[in-house]
Amino acid sequence: MEFEPVLLRNVGIPGIQHLEVYQSRGGYQALRHALEMTPEQVVQLVKDSGLRGRGGAGFPTGVKWGFIPKGHPGPIYLCVNADESEPGTFNNRILMEEDPHQVLEGTIIAAYAIRARVAYIYLRYEYGRCYRVLKQAIAELYSNHLLGEAILGKKGFDLDIYIHRGAGAYICGEETGLIESLEGKRAWPRIKPPFPAVQGLFQKPTIVNNVETLACVKHIVERGPQWFRSIGVPPDPNNPRDAGSFGPKLYCLSGHVNRPGCYELPLGITARELIEKYGGGVWKGRRVKAIIPGGLSMGFMTADELDTPLDFNGPTRVGCLGLGTAAVIVLDDLTSMVEALYNSCRFFAHESCGQCTPCREGTAWMAKILARIRRGEGHMQDLDILLEIANGIGIIPGTTICGLADGAAWPVKTALTKFRAEFEEYIRNSRHQKTRRTEVRTVL
Amino acid sequence: MAVLSEDMQREIMAFTQCYATKQAALLPSLHLIQERFRCVPLKAIEELAKLLDLHPAQVYDAMSFYGFFRGEDRPLGKYRVWVCRSLPCMLRGADELLTEICRHLDIEPGETTPDGSITLEVAECIGACEVAPCVLVNDECKGNLTSESALHLLDELRRQGGENGI
Ligand SMILES: Cc1cc2nc3c(=O)[nH]c(=O)nc-3n(C[C@H](O)[C@H](O)[C@H](O)COP(=O)(O)O)c2cc1C
Ligand code: SF4
Ligand code: FES
Repeated sequence: MEFEPVLLRNVGIPGIQHLEVYQSRGGYQALRHALEMTPEQVVQLVKDSGLRGRGGAGFPTGVKWGFIPKGHPGPIYLCVNADESEPGTFNNRILMEEDPHQVLEGTIIAAYAIRARVAYIYLRYEYGRCYRVLKQAIAELYSNHLLGEAILGKKGFDLDIYIHRGAGAYICGEETGLIESLEGKRAWPRIKPPFPAVQGLFQKPTIVNNVETLACVKHIVERGPQWFRSIGVPPDPNNPRDAGSFGPKLYCLSGHVNRPGCYELPLGITARELIEKYGGGVWKGRRVKAIIPGGLSMGFMTADELDTPLDFNGPTRVGCLGLGTAAVIVLDDLTSMVEALYNSCRFFAHESCGQCTPCREGTAWMAKILARIRRGEGHMQDLDILLEIANGIGIIPGTTICGLADGAAWPVKTALTKFRAEFEEYIRNSRHQKTRRTEVRTVL
Repeated sequence: MAVLSEDMQREIMAFTQCYATKQAALLPSLHLIQERFRCVPLKAIEELAKLLDLHPAQVYDAMSFYGFFRGEDRPLGKYRVWVCRSLPCMLRGADELLTEICRHLDIEPGETTPDGSITLEVAECIGACEVAPCVLVNDECKGNLTSESALHLLDELRRQGGENGI
C-alpha cells in the first residue's frame, strides 16, 4: 500500500503559501484545537505521540518541552532551527517554501505549549526564497489575529515571530551555537549543562526545535498521538532505552540516483527500498558502492548494508553515527572513496568553529592528510594516523564541546574500516606511479 | 559625516526592538550594511558599535567569524555567485563546474570580475542537493546546471551587472 503523505500533502496546491488557501484545506484547525487544551495537555499529547526531534539528535520532543522549569515567570523562548546545513539535507527548505503555514502553525502550537511569547526562526541566509515566503505568511497571520496579542481571541496568549537570518556557518545549526549567534556573537556552542530549556537565549529557558519536528506537532494535535504511533517502528523490546521511531519522515535522496528528491515515508523504510523504489535506482545502470544514511556526518554504509532500516536505530547497528537528518546520499560503483572522504574532511575542517583544540586541529589535520593522499603523496601509516585522530575527537570520546567533531570523525572511521583496501591500493599505486592529480581547488 | 544614513540608523534601532539585548541586532544590522555598501566599511563598524552599545572589537569579532561579511578592502560585485561543492554536488560534477566557471570568468574563488559584476565564491551544501550541481546567485538557487547553462547564466549576469556597475 502506498503511504499517504501528511507533511507534504499540500505541496503543489496552487496558492497554498497564502493563508486563505491553507485555511480552506483545514489549516489552523489544529491550533484552535490546541487552544482548547491547557499548555500542559499539549505537552502531554506530544509526549504520548513518541515524536522524536527531526534535526539530527532524535531527542523526544515532549520530554524536552517538559524540561522548562515549572511556573517560570518568563520570558521563555522558542527557536525554530531552520539553519539546515547538513550536506544532503533539504527537507526543511521544501517545508518552508512549499507550505509555510504548516510550519508556522506547528510553531504557534509549540509556543503555546511551552508558554513562549516570542519565537525566532533562525533561517540560514542561503534560503532566500524561504525568507520571502515566510515573511509574507507571517504578515498575513498578524493581520488575521493569528499572531500578536490574544491569538484567536484567547486572552493571555500573545506571540510574536521574528525571522533571524544567519550568515553562512554550519555550526549555527547546533542549538547552543544557534543561540549564541542569535545573541549577536560568534556561534561558539556552549558547554552543557545548563541545557537551553533551563538557561538558553538571553539566559532564559529556551526550546530549540527543527522545522520538520514542528510540522509534525501540528498533525499530532490534529490527528492524535495514536495516529502518530501507528506509523513507523515500535521500540525494540530488547532495548529498554529505545523510544521507538514513530511517525512519517521526510527522506532526502541525492547523489547518484535517477530521481533525487524529498520523499515522505514511514520511519523504518530500508535504504534499498528508498533508492530502488522511490529514487528509481542508481543512475546510468550502475550499482551502489556506498551510501550515507542521514547527512554527511553519519558516515558510510556499504552496498551489503542496504537492507538496514532507516529508523533511529538502524544506521547505528552498521557502525554509523545515527539516523541524523535521514538524508541519503548515494555513491555509485565508479566513485572514488578517496575523493568522497577528502570532500567530507574538507567540509568539517572548514566548518569547525575552532573553539575546542581537538576539533580545530583534528579536522584540519584530517583534511591535510587526505589532501596529501589524494595528491598521490600518501603513506600507508597515514591511514592509522587518520583513525587515531578520528577516534579521539568528539563528544563521544569526551574531548569536545559539540557534536560537529563526532560528525567529522564518523565518515573517516567508517570509510577507513569498510573501504580500507581501496585506500591502501590508491596509496600503493600513486606512490608507485608518482601520478600527480591535477589539483582541484582546495580553498578552505 | 556618518556612513550610516539616518534611515539606516532608524532601521537598526527598529531591529533592536525584536530582541532582549541590543547586541542581538548585530547580524540583521550587518546584513543591512553589506546589502547597502557591498561590504562592511570600518567606519560603519564603529558607528554600529555605538548604536548597539558595544565596543567596535565586539562587532568585528562576531562579523569576522562569519565568512559571509566582507571588509572594505574586498567589496562584493553586483552578483555574488556561490558554487556548491559539498558531496552531493561533487558527485554530480561540481568540481568540474567550478573549474570551468573559474576559467570562463578568469578569476579564482573569492575574487570579483574586473567589471564589478560577479563575485565568485565556493559554498558548502546550499540545501538544494536534489538539483545538483547548483549555485546560488545572491540568495536565489539555480539548479540542474550543465556547464553550458552555467556559463550562459554567468554571461547574463555579467551583461546586467556591467550596465549598472557597482
Ligand atoms: C554540528 C551540528 C549541526 C547541527 N545542525 C542542525 C541543523 O542545521 N538543523 C537542526 O534542526 N538541527 C541541527 N543540529 C541539532 C541541534 O543541535 C538540535 O539537536 C536540534 O535543533 C533540536 O531540534 P529537534 O529536537 O526538533 O530535532 C545540529 C547539531 C550539531 C552538533
Ligand atoms: S566540537 Fe568543534 S565545532 Fe563543536 S564547539 Fe568544539 S571546535 Fe566548535
Ligand atoms: S551539496 Fe550542493 S546543494 Fe547540497
